[in-house]
Amino acid sequence: MWKLLQIEVFKIFKRPRTYIAFIAIWAIVTLIQVAIYADGAKYMDFVLRDVRESFDIIGRPLNGYFVCFVILQTLLIHVPLLVALVSADMIAGEANMGTLRLLITKPISRTKLLLSKFLASSVYVLLLLVWIAVTGLFLSMAIFGTDGLINAKSYEIIIINGNDVFWRYLLAFCFAALALITVAALGFFFSIFAENSLGPIVATMSVVIVFTILTTLDIPLFQSMKHFFFTSHMIAWKGFFEMKTDAEGIAIPGTIRNLPAILKSAGVLLLHIVLLVGGAITIFNRKDVLS
Amino acid sequence: MKTIKLILFFLVLIPCVAGAQPVTDLLKKVKARLEKVNDYEATGKMKTDVVFLKIPVSNIKSYYKKPNRFKLTRQNGVSLLPKGGVSVNLGSLLLTDDYSTIDAGYSTVNGKKARVVKLLPVSEQTDVVLTTLYIDEAALVILRSNTTTKENGTYEMEMYYGKYTEWGLPDKVIFSFNTKDYKLPKGITLEYDDGTKSADLPKNKKGKVEITYSSYIINKGVSDALLK
Repeated sequence: MWKLLQIEVFKIFKRPRTYIAFIAIWAIVTLIQVAIYADGAKYMDFVLRDVRESFDIIGRPLNGYFVCFVILQTLLIHVPLLVALVSADMIAGEANMGTLRLLITKPISRTKLLLSKFLASSVYVLLLLVWIAVTGLFLSMAIFGTDGLINAKSYEIIIINGNDVFWRYLLAFCFAALALITVAALGFFFSIFAENSLGPIVATMSVVIVFTILTTLDIPLFQSMKHFFFTSHMIAWKGFFEMKTDAEGIAIPGTIRNLPAILKSAGVLLLHIVLLVGGAITIFNRKDVLS
Repeated sequence: MKTIKLILFFLVLIPCVAGAQPVTDLLKKVKARLEKVNDYEATGKMKTDVVFLKIPVSNIKSYYKKPNRFKLTRQNGVSLLPKGGVSVNLGSLLLTDDYSTIDAGYSTVNGKKARVVKLLPVSEQTDVVLTTLYIDEAALVILRSNTTTKENGTYEMEMYYGKYTEWGLPDKVIFSFNTKDYKLPKGITLEYDDGTKSADLPKNKKGKVEITYSSYIINKGVSDALLK
């Protein structure tokens, strides 16, 4: 299994398209960093427009933690599309090249073969997140320094102490890994039905885009349905940047406001992964592979 | 009968006049006490209670230098402070003589008898329309101030004194103010709905910032760099 995984990871990183995601992430992160470095105060004014008139800000709100929050908020909507480029190609790509039939004639079970391919996609996802952490978090910390984090929500502003932020990022990145592996599982599932990788890539992207739009549209009909979309659970990483409050409404450092809700979202994503990968293996084991 | 009425009138009036000092003299004494402080560095804790702000209790340092330079810094984080609020030093309330005073009698602040003095700015250019001071005549300190402004509504400061009464510096300051609505479109925030927000919707619009000072270092010099 380990050998299979190594081979599949090697195959992923031998394809030029794999590096598109890393280059795209680097470009987006750099653009956001340059924009905030040059004009961050205006962005902050926009975010805090309703309180700017009545409040003064003390400290350095435009710091590395804030920049990384903006980057994650932007990237974690678009990175699923980049994940689909690789995960949806895992089986369909082999079928397209005519190597799938040859591959399953080898003395390894189809289940092991599929699991190794899925795990290889997961390794790719993890490396993408490490890349986001290096460029988006650590580089931003080096450029902008660190201080407290302002998390502006639609109805409240949460301010987290500087020494209470980093561990939240570690958990947020772990959750983001789970969210992106769910997208990888979806792409992987679609991949077994096609003999051309374009179809599953577009199908995965379409599902992610449609569900994301339905999640963000503030329309009552969709609001009541959004808990059924996995995309609304993918943004649960933001829950790590909220704190419990005491009876007077004062935030308590070192706490997470609603950990059970985050764990529930993690459970929903995990269930999606199990069902999609399990479904893919079940269907593929019964499939008559002709290409 | 007329003579008796006249005697009674003077019996009531004379003690009142004799016991109450003119408000201008009282203000001068309070100001003189505050003017003993050339500079200070204070350490304390700040608690912000605004319905749409979730901020932990934070360690703060405040720096003051005569005549009206004041800076508040928060350790390990950023914070939002009401404009022209906490940064208003007590001395700056009485900094100029550019106001008219009205003696508004007596009132009680937290169980203490206080002389009520209203300050009306002479200049029409200032944002402040009216300031009402509640002064402890015995301790010569301001217990409460209510300030009405043209642009920023009305805010109230309540001061509690302890170890530093002789300098006119409070151990605790509670600053109350009106807040405006806060709202950002959900399309921008892309927020995670964990099902708890409905209980937290803003209901009252009065905000409060409470600073409890644990120590002051008075008249030992404060660097200009700290006040930038």
